[in-house]
Order: sequence, then structure tokens, then C-alpha cells
Amino acid sequence: MRRYSIKLITQMRRFVIGQAKNLIDQTRRQHHHHKNLRLLSLLPPFSAASDSTTLVSSSRLLSSSSEMSASDSSSSLPVTLDSINPKYARLKIMIHDLVKRRASFRFFAIVIFVVLGGSQVLKCEYAVRGEIVNIAQRLQEELKTNKDAYPFDEIIYCNIGNPQSLGQQPITFFREVLALCSHTALLDESATHGLFSSDSIERAWKILDQIPGKATGAYSHSQGIKGLRDAIAAGIEARDGYPADPNDIFMTDGASPGVHMMMQLLISSEKDGILCPIPQYPLYSASIALHGGTLVPYYLDEASGWGLEISELKKQLEEARSKGITVRALAVINPGNPTGQVLAEENQRDIVEFCKKEGLVLLADEVYQENVYVPDKKFYSFKKIARSMGYGEKDVSLVSFQSISKGYYGECGKRGGYMEVTGFTSDVREQIYKVASVNLCSNISGQILASLVMSPPKPGDDSYDSYIAEKEGILSSLAKRAKTLEEALNKLEGITCNRAEGAMYLFPCINLPKKAIAAAEDAKTAPDAFYCKRLLNATGIVVVPGSGFRQVPGTWHFRCTILPQEDKIPAIVNRLTEFHKSFMDEFRD
Amino acid sequence: MALDYDALNENVKKCQYAVRGELYLRASELQKEGKKIIFTNVGNPHALGQKPLTFPRQVVALCQAPFLLDDPNVGMLFPADAIARAKHYLSLTSGGLGAYSDSRGLPGVRKEVAEFIERRDGYPSDPELIFLTDGASKGVMQILNCVIRGERDGILVPVPQYPLYSATISLLGGSLVPYYLDESENWGLDVNNLRQSVAQARSQGISVRAMVIINPGNPTGQCLSEANLREILRFCYNEKLVLLGDEVYQQNIYQDERPFISAKKVLMDMGSPFSKEVQLVSFHTVSKGYWGECGQRGGYFEMTNIPPRVVEEIYKVASIALSPNVSAQIFMGLMVSPPKPGDISYDQFARESKGILESLRRRAKIMTDGFNSCKNVVCNFTEGAMYSFPQIRLPPGALQAAKQAGKVPDVFYCLKLLEATGISTVPGSGFGQKEGVFHLRTTILPAEEEMPEIMDSFKKFNDEFMTQYENNFGYSRM
Repeated sequence: MRRYSIKLITQMRRFVIGQAKNLIDQTRRQHHHHKNLRLLSLLPPFSAASDSTTLVSSSRLLSSSSEMSASDSSSSLPVTLDSINPKYARLKIMIHDLVKRRASFRFFAIVIFVVLGGSQVLKCEYAVRGEIVNIAQRLQEELKTNKDAYPFDEIIYCNIGNPQSLGQQPITFFREVLALCSHTALLDESATHGLFSSDSIERAWKILDQIPGKATGAYSHSQGIKGLRDAIAAGIEARDGYPADPNDIFMTDGASPGVHMMMQLLISSEKDGILCPIPQYPLYSASIALHGGTLVPYYLDEASGWGLEISELKKQLEEARSKGITVRALAVINPGNPTGQVLAEENQRDIVEFCKKEGLVLLADEVYQENVYVPDKKFYSFKKIARSMGYGEKDVSLVSFQSISKGYYGECGKRGGYMEVTGFTSDVREQIYKVASVNLCSNISGQILASLVMSPPKPGDDSYDSYIAEKEGILSSLAKRAKTLEEALNKLEGITCNRAEGAMYLFPCINLPKKAIAAAEDAKTAPDAFYCKRLLNATGIVVVPGSGFRQVPGTWHFRCTILPQEDKIPAIVNRLTEFHKSFMDEFRD
Repeated sequence: MALDYDALNENVKKCQYAVRGELYLRASELQKEGKKIIFTNVGNPHALGQKPLTFPRQVVALCQAPFLLDDPNVGMLFPADAIARAKHYLSLTSGGLGAYSDSRGLPGVRKEVAEFIERRDGYPSDPELIFLTDGASKGVMQILNCVIRGERDGILVPVPQYPLYSATISLLGGSLVPYYLDESENWGLDVNNLRQSVAQARSQGISVRAMVIINPGNPTGQCLSEANLREILRFCYNEKLVLLGDEVYQQNIYQDERPFISAKKVLMDMGSPFSKEVQLVSFHTVSKGYWGECGQRGGYFEMTNIPPRVVEEIYKVASIALSPNVSAQIFMGLMVSPPKPGDISYDQFARESKGILESLRRRAKIMTDGFNSCKNVVCNFTEGAMYSFPQIRLPPGALQAAKQAGKVPDVFYCLKLLEATGISTVPGSGFGQKEGVFHLRTTILPAEEEMPEIMDSFKKFNDEFMTQYENNFGYSRM
């Protein structure tokens, strides 16, 4: 697929915005939500008057939102929708922008869904907002009572990066160690030797010895238990071939709190900008909005396999600067989410050089570092790249995020992760420590697991063979699933799909016929959401519309995980193929 | 440098967090040098030797390694009720401990929490208004983030207070509006004082939006009476404040005159219009009580009279963080539905929990009495929570020496104490105190058998300190 010229994009934008205006006017007339939305952005930031007005009656509080009129903004309750932090509201205003641009969202709630609910986070959990997930759950309930209600037996959730919820088994060795650390009395029982591998027992002892008082129920150092950080630093060193310092490691409850912490430090106002890829994982847009900063987008080039071009970075940086925005950092997701590309080493060097030259903090989201599926690509950490270029502590400011939720381990529910922070002065480091300490520490079993994934069993250990078999089994199966799904998608009329070189997702581009776009407009839905809803209703397959991740205006995508178990993939391919064919038959121009 | 100190968010620089501040860092240094340090700076019971309760650890271990449940020998290591409970909790998840849960927490656990609140208060509780969090701190941050829009939004916070509140308010760029607890009334909360604080804040253009109470108190250890809670709720009603009830120490009560009573129960007892209009968010945790499972990071908050659309916004922001960690959610489930009489594990569970609470009660007394036997030290009795907060009456000589050392006087005293005895405390200035009055906070958590020795070594240090600085300057302030 060709890269769109700027001119073409501009034309598309104009077209879409024109359509948008009509639609928004229509929808505003129809839905009070929009009135409120508009009000939110017009409200004075602060109303001292609200303190002196009288209380509204309790029945008003209980009225459903659809009955609420715009005048609710004058409510004198201490916490009402209109008086909560406008940064929350900004999440919506950002969404409002989307509405303007895309034009065709019916409900405010749908829009929130695509921005937030569409993320892997939210799928089944974010049912309230995600219209597509809502529908999915409703269908699932109906299927329980009436197996023949739909032409499919089950809902297949391809919307969320939550592997164990789809049947992926945890790595046995990791869980053995965690169980022993959870109930340390087991270590004194002889029966334990019959039930646990010998190296898991040894490892549990080793870990307990690193915890002061062997107390797994105690708060730890705010950066995480020192001995576990030592193991992580050793793991990083083994991975990169360059030294890592345990004092640079900040352990966090999943990778997300680390991202929030850095945004908190970097962003003082909307004048502070963060360069983020488009398409992007919505954590970044949401976190920037919550902290009141400005997202400076850079577009990944779909035609070159979602390549990251330095010329694009430069262009966007200059444009932002010309608007008076101080760009503080560049976020890079490698391997990419939702785009699945693995950056080439040469490309990474250019990125490091760019950050150094422009004085940007490099925020490297490297949570999919174990998820690489193609022989011609390899994961290199940005730290390794920077060091290999001869850049040390004084040259580049780099934060690398890692999580135990991804990889072959997929331990989302544990909330474990870390960030490795290099190239900051000690006074800045102290500030990071202080922010970390307000939350005391991250959860200990997440910390233990993070140390385990960075120092798994070694050849000769009792568990080594089974560990390797489990790991390879999961990774090779993911690679097969990625390949099968990619090939199937590319066979479909009007669909082009870059290969998933890494991560857990495919992000195909759908060239929707004009008739389908018109039908979506009639249904007041974004064209990609329209497609995804049709897909769900026909097949039970749940995917996320591309608008949730943002995309080049006028292009349409969806994100589909490669996580359903392998035996389900052929059925998914069949259903998808059949659906797409009939969809095209219905709407082909 | 891409990010130098000057370019940092000012709110971050302003934020202070004493519990892990200068004293803690110095103590850690001394520990590295091989000195024996008694950490009484953080309410972290397991770090000081408190053993975890057996039953919940058994259940969570089984959930961590569910393959054990299929092993015919599992019964050799685990009692049947732990096995049954592990199966129960795993059935509430979508993929065991390894899958993200609903962003508000597992629905099944939230239901158990609601049932617990209902049993405790005698009023219904709605699981939809309960959010599980990674520790209570995360919940407090979420709610304050929702309330604070800018520096003109004020939050009423008790002084002395737990620094989570001051730190979070400054990180979020809001204004802390202090109200002073009355030390001479055993840290009582005087509503007239509250009114004054609010009036003063308003005269400065601050819109006071919420009020924090910590009950039982941290660092002050007092238990609020029902009458006092009524006054507070009435005040919140009149002034239209959201009440944030930090009730994490509700199991930690060391006297019989004032049992814990939740703000929610008092509010419901007050009836209409209060019960229908006062907005309340209550916080709880697995880190305190006789559980002390700090390292799990488990907690919840319950919202009362918060409009559905605001609840949705809070949900939205919670979902950006994906989900609270699942094993701590299970700890929370176990805490609110512990073994019952007749269960195999009941006797052991009851014995362990009673043992911890009774020992804490004795330690509270040893500590208060110990402080009150020291020269120039007066200390209210620890009615609840986990802390002792003695007032240290520093002689002018000590104030002057502190000034010369460039230290706040109580920091000066606490550093000297640390160097001399290895006891790591938190200076009162980290919690806020009236000007010219100095305190320190210790936990009552050191092992009971070590307590007399600790108090002896404290007394020896203190009395020598006082003598030194009184003698050098010839008179005492007292």
C-alpha cells in the first residue's frame, strides 16, 4: 500500500471534517451528552459560587444521565461530573477532537470506548463504555440461554492482550516459586519436595534470603527489593552485553505506573509535549491527557511495515515547536502495539541520535521484547543501541519499560514490571524516588515474578527442560497463529496486513467501499467500528476498531490479537473469511 | 541533559514524603554499615517479625500454583478448607492470578466486600460502588485526582496527618487546608476549629471541596466517638464537602470504651437528608489490622452518594491502570470473609489473629507508659492504629544546636536518637504540628519481647539529651 501524500490527506481531512460538522450538529440535537460535553470545555476552570448555592434534591442525584440536562453543571454537590478534575474532562475533550475529525460517532460513550475502552486493558473489563464489548457480552449471555440464537457457539475475544484469560498456561517454574514465597511454611515440609521441583525450592530460598526478615508481606524499598533488582540488572546485562545498575531499576505494578510517573515528572502544563507514535497504545494518550500535557503525534509508515521515519519525527517536532510547545520526550513502542513491527537496528540508532541531538528523553516501551516471531528481526534494547554507539550516562536520557504481562509469561494479573532509568542527574533521580515512595512500593509477588522472568532457569537446573518446552511452545504457537491470521487477512478483498513481526497483534488496513462508509454514516458509526460490529454480530469475533489507536485520517483498520488458542484459529479464519466476503458482496462499489 | 532538575514539574519538587525521607535514608545507610536498626518509621508489621496469618497464605499459595489442586498429595500440605477456598477464588477469575480482572476488581470479591460492610454496619452496600485498588494509597490518589482541579481547590486534612495526603495534594497541584487536632483533648477533632479553617481558606479564594478524616488516627492513634463523627458529617453536609474516611486501622483498637464505628454507619444512622446527600468515600486495606499484608498492595474504597456519572469517570481512570493485582484482591476477599467457627482452619486463624491484636494492645501500653516516664516527653495513649506520637519538649539549647546544624529541631532530635540507639523514627514535622511544638512518630510494632529494651534505650538517650541541652544553657523552657 502506498503512503498517502500530504495533499491527499488534507483533502480527506477536509472532507471528513465537513461531514463531521453536519453529523455533530445532528447528534447534538439528539443527545444531551454532547451538550454537556460542550459545556465541560466552556466551564470556567473553577467555580467558587458552587459553594454557596443550595443543595439539589437527592432525587436529582439519582436521575439517570440521559435525563440530566445541561443545567446540571450548576449542581452544588462537591463532586459532580462538572466539578471533577478537568484533566478527566480533557480525556473527553481529546475525544471531542476525535469526534470532530471522524464525524460519525453516535454516542459520546462510543468515542470514549475507542479511545480508552478499545485498549487491551479494557476489553471485557471496560464493558460499560465499549459498545462492541457490550454487544459481545450481551451475545454471550444470550448464547448461554439459547445455543442456537446466533450462527456461532461462542464469543472469541481478540480484543485484549490478556493471554491467560484465553487459556494460556502460566510457566510452571515461576508459579512454583511464587507459591513457595506466598506460603513459606511449605519450605519446612518434607512433602513439599514431592510436589515442587528442586530448583524452585532453591530459588524460593534464595529470594527469601534477599528479603529483609524473609517477610514477603512487608513493604519493600520503594524501588523494589534490592536483591531482586540485582537479578534484574544481571538479566539486562546478559541481554545487552552492557552493564546495568540495580539502582537504576524502579519496580512498578505493571509497566503503566512507570509511564505515569515519567509523565508526571515531564509534564507541567499543556506547553509540554510528548512525541507519540500513531497508531499508538492508548495508555500514552490517556496518561498525557491526565497530566495535562500535549500529545505530539508522529505517524508510522504503514507502507514500509510501520516504519518510523526520522524525517517525520523532525517535521512533527518542528511543527510542535512552532506552536510554542516544548517537546520533552519521544515515546517509542518496540515491538509495536498495535502495529507489531520490530524496529531495525539502524533505525534505532537514528532514533537515539535524534533524541540526543534534540535533547529529548527517550521513553522506550519494550514490554514485548520476548515477543518476536520472524527470523530476520531481533529485539535490541535502546540501551544496548545507545551504549553500542558509545553514548553513556551523560549523553542520552533513556527510560526502558518492561512488564511481566507480556512475553511468553503473560502474567497480566500480577501487575509486575520495572523501568530502567539511565542518563538522569542525581537530583532528578531523587525526585523519581520520591514520587515512587508516595505509593510505598509495588506488590511483592509482582516483584518476585519480574526477577524470575529476567533470570529464568539455566541449563542443568531441574526445571530447565520443562521451562524451555513451555516457553518455546507458547512462542512458536504465537508465531504460527500470527502467520496464519496474517496470511488469511491478506487473502481478503481490500485488506492489506503487515506481518506481525512481534508483540501480540495484527493491525490490518481495510479499504472500505464507499457504500460501506455511507452505510456507517447512516448508522452514525465510524466506518471501522461499523465493520467491527458487523463482524461481531456475524461471527462472535471481537476486535477493536483502529480509531481507538488513531490512524492516518481516511484510513480504516482494526486490531486483532493473536491470542486465541491455536485450535481455535482455523475456525476464526473461516468465519472471518466468510463474513468479509458477504460484507463485500453487500457493499462493493 | 534532556531532563534537568529545573525543568521538572514544580508540583513534584514541592511534594514531601517524610516516612521515607532523611531519617529513613540515614537509617538505611547505618544499616549498611552494620549497625542494628529498629525501623519504627513505617507501619510495616511483617518487617518487624509479625508472622502472616496461615490460612490466607495457604489459599493464595494454591491460587499461585493451581496445578497443585490436581495433585493427589495436595492434602498433605494444605487443609481442605484452604483447598476449597482456593477453588472458590479461582472460579471468580477469568484466568487465575495471571489474567487482568475487571478494572474495579473481581466482581465476586467486590460482592464479598459489600457483604462484609453490610454485616459490619447493618446497612446495605452495593458492590458496584466498591472499587478494589493496589493498596489504599492508590484509592486515595484516584479520588483526590478526581476532586482536585487546580491550586484553588482545597482539601481539609488533619494536622498531624499521614503524609500520603500532603504529598498527593501537592503532586496534584491542589491546596492543603489544615485543621488541627487538639493534643490536650487526646487529639480530638473540634468542629469550631474546622469552621475556622474553612472560613480562612475561603477568604483566600480557596474552594474547599473535601475533608479527610483518619479514624483511628495516624499518627495520633485516637478513635473518633460516634458523637464526633456525627458532628463531622453534619459539617460536611452544611459545607458541601466530600468526606474521605481513611479507615484502614479499623481492626486496630486497643481500648474498650470507643470501638471502631464507620463513618458510613453513622451517616446512615443520621437518616435523611444526611444519609442521602453527604458524599462519602471510605478506604480500607489488607496492610493493617492483624493482617499487616503490606507487601500485597491490596485495598478498596466504597463510595456513598457519589453520582453515577462521576463513578463512571472514576472507573474510566481506573481502567487506564488495567486492573489491581489479583492476588491482593484474593487477600481482600479472605480478609472480609475469614474462616468461620466450625471450619477446619478456624481455631488456628482465631488464635493467630487474637494473639497479634492482644500483643499490639500490650505494646501500645508499654510504649505510652515508657514515653511518659521520660524527661520532657508527654504522650497520649494509643487508642487505635499502630503509632505512638509523643510530644518532645525540646530545651532552648537543643533548638539552638539544631539551628546551628541546619536541621529542623525534631529532625535533629530524631537523628541523634537514631545514631545513639538505632531507633529509626519519623520527626513530627513530617506530619505537621503546631508551631514550636515537636513530636516524633514511632510504630508500636517492634516485637513485644524487645519492647522493654527499646524503651529503656530510648529513655537513656532522651534523658541524657535533655540533661545535656538543659545544663549547657542553664534553664528549661518548661
